Amino acid sequence: MQPTSHRFIDNAHEALHNETLQQALANVRVNFIEKRRIAVEALPEFDDLRKAGRDIRDRVLSDLDTHLLAFEAKVQAQGGQVHWCADAEAARKTVLKICQEAGAKRVTKGKTMIGEEIGINDYLEANHIEPVETDLGEYIIQLRHEAPSHLIAPAVHVTQKQVEETFRKAHRDLDPKRNLEEPSSLLAEAREKLRQRFLSADVGITGANFLVAETGTSVIVTNEGNGDLTQTLPRVHIALASIDKVVPTLDDLTVLLRLLARSATGQEMSVYTTLSTGPRRADDHDGPGAYHVVILDNGRSKLLGTEKQDLLRCIRCGACLNHCPIYHAVGGHAYGWVYGGPIGAALTPALVGLEEAHHLPNASTLCGRCEQVCPMQIPIPNILRHWREEELRRGLAPVAMRRGIGIWAFFAKRPVLYRLATRIGARLLRNFAGKKGRLARVPLAPPVLTQGWTDMRDLPAPSGKTFHALYRQRRTGSS
Amino acid sequence: MTAQSNTVKRPRVALFVTCLVDLFRPTVGFASIKLLEDAGCDVEVPSVQTCCGQPAYNSGDSINAADIARQVIDAFEGYDYVVAPSGSCGGMISKHYPDLLAADKDYADRARKLAAKTFELTQFLVDVRKVDKVTARLDGSVTYHDSCSSLREMGVKAQPRKLLASVGGLTFKELPDGESCCGFGGTFCVKYPEISNRMVEEKTDNIVKTGAGLLLAGDLGCLLNMAGKLKRQGSAVQARHVAEVLAGMTDEPAIGEGER
Amino acid sequence: MSDRDNILASIRNHKRPSGAPVVTPPTPARGQVEGEERRDLFVKMATAAAATIEVVDDPEMIPELVGQYLARHNLPSRLVLASDAMVANLPWADHPMIAHRTGPATGQDHVALTSAFAGIAETGTLALLSGPETPTTLNFLPEHSLILLQASAIRGTYEELWRDLRDATNGGADWPRTVNLITGPSRSADIEQKLLMGAHGPRKLHILLLND
Repeated sequence: MQPTSHRFIDNAHEALHNETLQQALANVRVNFIEKRRIAVEALPEFDDLRKAGRDIRDRVLSDLDTHLLAFEAKVQAQGGQVHWCADAEAARKTVLKICQEAGAKRVTKGKTMIGEEIGINDYLEANHIEPVETDLGEYIIQLRHEAPSHLIAPAVHVTQKQVEETFRKAHRDLDPKRNLEEPSSLLAEAREKLRQRFLSADVGITGANFLVAETGTSVIVTNEGNGDLTQTLPRVHIALASIDKVVPTLDDLTVLLRLLARSATGQEMSVYTTLSTGPRRADDHDGPGAYHVVILDNGRSKLLGTEKQDLLRCIRCGACLNHCPIYHAVGGHAYGWVYGGPIGAALTPALVGLEEAHHLPNASTLCGRCEQVCPMQIPIPNILRHWREEELRRGLAPVAMRRGIGIWAFFAKRPVLYRLATRIGARLLRNFAGKKGRLARVPLAPPVLTQGWTDMRDLPAPSGKTFHALYRQRRTGSS
Repeated sequence: MTAQSNTVKRPRVALFVTCLVDLFRPTVGFASIKLLEDAGCDVEVPSVQTCCGQPAYNSGDSINAADIARQVIDAFEGYDYVVAPSGSCGGMISKHYPDLLAADKDYADRARKLAAKTFELTQFLVDVRKVDKVTARLDGSVTYHDSCSSLREMGVKAQPRKLLASVGGLTFKELPDGESCCGFGGTFCVKYPEISNRMVEEKTDNIVKTGAGLLLAGDLGCLLNMAGKLKRQGSAVQARHVAEVLAGMTDEPAIGEGER
Repeated sequence: MSDRDNILASIRNHKRPSGAPVVTPPTPARGQVEGEERRDLFVKMATAAAATIEVVDDPEMIPELVGQYLARHNLPSRLVLASDAMVANLPWADHPMIAHRTGPATGQDHVALTSAFAGIAETGTLALLSGPETPTTLNFLPEHSLILLQASAIRGTYEELWRDLRDATNGGADWPRTVNLITGPSRSADIEQKLLMGAHGPRKLHILLLND
């Protein structure tokens, strides 16, 4: 998918003025935040589990090759295949090859962000293979030709009315006078439509929430059961995973599972947590005849050993998105690529480059709510700051901002000059504000620094004298 | 060694004024001094202080930020405690200085030591000095905004509420969605003004919903942002720093208000 | 060099040791209960996840209870059965009105009855294994999923489940193609966060809990 992160400000502007989107986003904060809170409170060990989960991931990342190789060996021992893909192009080609070798015409898909990352749907279509999204949210946005806007609720930006419009447009064979007022009728319609697709698919592609090295297993976590139908009915099952998904044992998996559903939807466990190991066994009566795991790097291995390594702890719960005021305001699409919200802001520059994505780490107040709710304790604000540092070092930061901070620092390091400058500044602003005590516009100041403020709010005026001047005055009785 | 004195030594507290208090609202500094002295501290204001370095730090300029941090450490490390009427500056010193100077042989340990004795104002009064009430009076209803750094970096939430509960005549109304950022974020508010505006609008909607006549907070950056928005909206809700109310120093016009 | 070589080389070049301690993660106290308490916890958690549960004291009653279930839900009197010993040895012959067959489920099946390997009281979850006697499609294709669970097979925690599963599969060598951990019936909240049951998997999950 072609990134539009460079036009984040325009994206955000459109999002802020999109009434329907704003209406849809209002549901996000109300539902997700409260549900998570309740689930976390119901588990006294939650914080200890966060630390344990963080440690498990950190240990794995410090020796990632060993664990991936162990996983590969076990997969092969059970009759499956592992494909290592350095980038999106390699992953696309690999998936296509598997599909072509299986003579596939139709592919069902469980939700997979890696699939989005490599743009597999468009690629398959270009090669005359039909991809069918089966997660309800993904199905809706596939019909709308949109990208997902959330890690776990891909159609969170779509209202019920829009779903109805979309279904009416897409499902032309059904009675146009049918009643679709109730959301349950929309669900029933999707279930009906997709049932036939499930049963006729040649290949099923899923993601993998985790890869377990102990048994050579890929794990998917869903509530709908679509992932299971996707990976059980067709002849071939392909699981897409990034290199950071591997955990050593089933017990390690359990720690992360205990964190995942609670952080994501506030459930104790998702309805379906499925462990898949190899193809069907000789005496099985159902299941795929072939099992492939595609492991994707796409820039992640380079994060190891850096101050951004902790991003690879992510278990894709979406809690950070659900609590982020930026995400609440503009939704996921504004970020311009696959991943939105705080994790998107921190990860996207690593995967598509800072030149393209430099706005994302900057469009944050570093409020820290994401880090507070992250089950893996990822220090997102720190990482965003590191991106800002790199941006400055590489000369990608806007000149005005660079100069502004430079001037500020110049004075801040020279107390005598600082005192003088602030005395003058305080006096000037006070005079401009006069009796009103505030300014609707700041004269003489460079617009780029002040317009952002005064376009939207008044600037309260300083009292007129600085604290240090008054303090000295009071202590020495001089002015 | 002489016999132990019967008088308890008053701790020497250095006030970290903060650049915003210095420039915009000195009353907050004086109110802080009063509260600290009432709590049995000897307060000094190191005169070389300018800024904690956070604007540079958050803009990715860790070189300048580190220079400023060293300056702050030099000026403040000789005191028993450092107190700031700001969770943002307090957080910068106590949570970020150690990281910032971790690779500096001379300052790494000094940064850690300073961090350990740096506090936000209400946190210091309640948690360290064990103050549980003030003598101030103010008739009216207030609501309180928890700034993000106070909340998440300094662990400040109960402390200001405890002290406000002791202010005679005051009714306290909890702010809905109180843990949401107000949209200030330093340079964020001028780099991404539309998003910042949306955030502060939601904040002022919630403030007005409480029915309170006065908004309080422990960080002047947040207060300038919220007060600026309230005034632009023509709201009658006023804004002050919590120190002003706790110290009973509310004669000066509220933030952004003109002369009476 | 293949992508595999390149990725491994890149990982080896960049990885750094971690200071993370090796500490046994906490197992939630909630699931560390025994006997009746454990069974009651399972029932409570599964019910909270919208499964329905029927306690059965005499396994011979099961076909009758199945018949009642079908009638209650206005379903045609037929279902597809797992062919494990538990299910196969039930007195189906005494209930000729209930048509049944075994094998994997198809798009035509409304109801399936299969056996769970275990329950996990911690979250009210069922563990089902794929196999020639318990095909995975029985858990997903029909709208109504009936699951036979022996009370003695309820583990308290996930750690216990894995321990027992490793034992049962020859240390993992005979690990099945699919392990399903199922907590309640299928659902989706993708339409304006409204919770709707019966997305693609079963609309109803009915547990026949055998008191043994």
